[in-house]
Amino acid sequence: MLKVENLHASVGDKDILKGINLTVKAGEVHAIMGPNGSGKSTLASVLAGNEKFTVTEGKVEFLGKDMLSLSIEERSRMGLFLGFQYPVEIPGVTMANFMKLAVNEQRKARGLEPLSAAEYLRMMREKSAVVELDSKLTSRAVNEGFSGGEKKKNEIFQMAMLDPKLAILDETDSGLDIDALRIVATGVTRLHTPENATVVITHYQRLLDYIVPDFVHVLYKGRIIYSGDKSLALKLEKEGYDWLINDYKEE
Amino acid sequence: MSENTNNILDSLEKSDYKYGFVTDIETETIPRGLSEDVIRLISEKKGEPDWMLERRLKAYRHWLTLKHPNWAHLDIPEIDFQDVIYYAAPKPKKQLNSMDEVDPELKRTFDKLGIPLEEQMALAGVAVDAVMDSVSVKTTFRDTLAEKGIIFCSISEAIKEHPELIKKYLGSVVPYTDNFYAALNAAVFSDGSFCYIPKGVHCPMELSTYFRINAEGTGQFERTLIVADEGSYVSYLEGCTAPQRDENQLHAAVVEIVVERDADVKYSTVQNWYPGDKNGKGGIYNFVTKRGLCREGAHLSWTQVETGSAITWKYPSCVLLGDNSSGEFYSVAMTNNYQQADTGTKMIHIGKNTRSRIVSKGISAGMSQNAYRGMVKVARGADNARNYSQCDSLLIGDKCGAHTFPVINSHNPSAVLEHEATTSKISEDQLFYSRQRGLSTEDAVGMIVNGYAREVLTKLPMEFAVEAQKLLAISLEGSVG
Repeated sequence: MLKVENLHASVGDKDILKGINLTVKAGEVHAIMGPNGSGKSTLASVLAGNEKFTVTEGKVEFLGKDMLSLSIEERSRMGLFLGFQYPVEIPGVTMANFMKLAVNEQRKARGLEPLSAAEYLRMMREKSAVVELDSKLTSRAVNEGFSGGEKKKNEIFQMAMLDPKLAILDETDSGLDIDALRIVATGVTRLHTPENATVVITHYQRLLDYIVPDFVHVLYKGRIIYSGDKSLALKLEKEGYDWLINDYKEE
Repeated sequence: MSENTNNILDSLEKSDYKYGFVTDIETETIPRGLSEDVIRLISEKKGEPDWMLERRLKAYRHWLTLKHPNWAHLDIPEIDFQDVIYYAAPKPKKQLNSMDEVDPELKRTFDKLGIPLEEQMALAGVAVDAVMDSVSVKTTFRDTLAEKGIIFCSISEAIKEHPELIKKYLGSVVPYTDNFYAALNAAVFSDGSFCYIPKGVHCPMELSTYFRINAEGTGQFERTLIVADEGSYVSYLEGCTAPQRDENQLHAAVVEIVVERDADVKYSTVQNWYPGDKNGKGGIYNFVTKRGLCREGAHLSWTQVETGSAITWKYPSCVLLGDNSSGEFYSVAMTNNYQQADTGTKMIHIGKNTRSRIVSKGISAGMSQNAYRGMVKVARGADNARNYSQCDSLLIGDKCGAHTFPVINSHNPSAVLEHEATTSKISEDQLFYSRQRGLSTEDAVGMIVNGYAREVLTKLPMEFAVEAQKLLAISLEGSVG
């Protein structure tokens, strides 16, 4: 589904990604971990096409297409979803309207008719239940005045609405209390099918108690320096990163 | 600046006024220039009574003593008033036989705005009788209005048929001595609308519906007078989201509204005159004086969506003369390319317990300059006056300007006046977020701008709110796919 080869990216004249290799297949869950500032969020942003970053080298294939030549919205319409670490506020635009525009754009790209108002409302009701999102939130402006927990639930609600092939969740667990974490993580798990894939970026093993990864990767200084199965996350939780990154520190 | 911003800027700068259309027009005109003879000629051609001519001449003589105002934050090229044609007979639009003959580009715009087919035909100049019986529609409207005693006609008709009302009210709110352009308008006004709502009558329809079909051939020096008698109500809509192009570069309209005791008037404007091309060439100069006078317990609400014209100079105002009267001003002014707008309102509190509310939303893009200018004045006797003002500016790109000139002038210590102002930009993060969900940059910008202007748009009559929303998006549309 996703094949990243030797990906380099920079912002200004600062290189952040220095040769990422990653392959994600349908049905898989990958976790990306690593110390602060190692490039995890940049990787998510670059894959989504954020124009703040410049790709200087490498290849990314998504569903057999050269993804780097596609715009942000084209990637989205192909089925790439990014759950934001810091969801953005859009004053005056209700969540319901925002999602309606988004859902219908996605449908258009797939050659489907726009949803009727009734169909859309039904869909919204059904999907907001996935993350126990208060239905009142959808009539409020996008992320405006949402609590930290509501913002993150709202990201997963949007994921449910858009039904992506590949979801990249950037620290969806940060700032959540235990209950919200369970709800958000359970939501993600319920959306997981053999046809789609999920990449979760996280600092904490506790998220991975709910979302069980097939692979865990450690990102450090712009490279994936180690990959393993879910036991790696447990080990990292116990022992930290030092045993892994010592060799790279001097670089 | 990132590539993304550059793209948007680029697209905005490339964005043309897509709906200007020029028709071959046969007009009956008089020679260029202005003199007493020209005014006599205008009055004669309109078959006006002598008293009206006298009023025009008086205004003209006063105008000669005035200098062009230059206090606005506008760069106005020198206007040669002797190079203007002051009278042109109503222009018969070139008749088309079917919608197929309409410029496809224009048709596309109509569709985007969601204007009903019948109105599209009327606006594009399709021979409507051939396809729809608009005459009967109009007649039905007129009957409904007449039943209630409502007078709604052109100002020229009103001068002839209702001289007592015209003599009493015309110039009573905006006298010819008010300002340079009010004097000019009083001297040479071509035509406009007159509306009278009798005591206690609630006008049963938005006058927009009627007006829009009837709105062909609105003039260069338009004069509108609305009189809402005691306890009556009317909602009036001027203009149209549909594109309007005019040969005449100089427009100076006057709108006067008399709101008698306990009456309620809602006046909405959508202005989409030709703004000039992307290099700032051409475009309408729109110098408008709009004012309403509120008697005891009366209420007047102005709502405007301004997207057109090269230069806009316009301050719809409320004189809150009567006790317990209230005024509102809701405005969205959008400028793009080289457009300039200096717009806002005046709230003059004279009566006791008068209230006013101002919500102004400026949107600047391209190289444009957008100014809010407002005055809240509380007279000595206006005990317990209240005003709330909110002025927001939204900048798109970094080559445009937003300016705010609020003036508060209070002579009564019991007044409570609040002023809030914000300036914001469409952020890269908002665009990235929206596009990540599948929206194109254009759609995202349109959505964000509409969200920003929502508070004002919701004040428009329903059908127009929807069109105005689309208009804002279209006015920002560029070539980015």
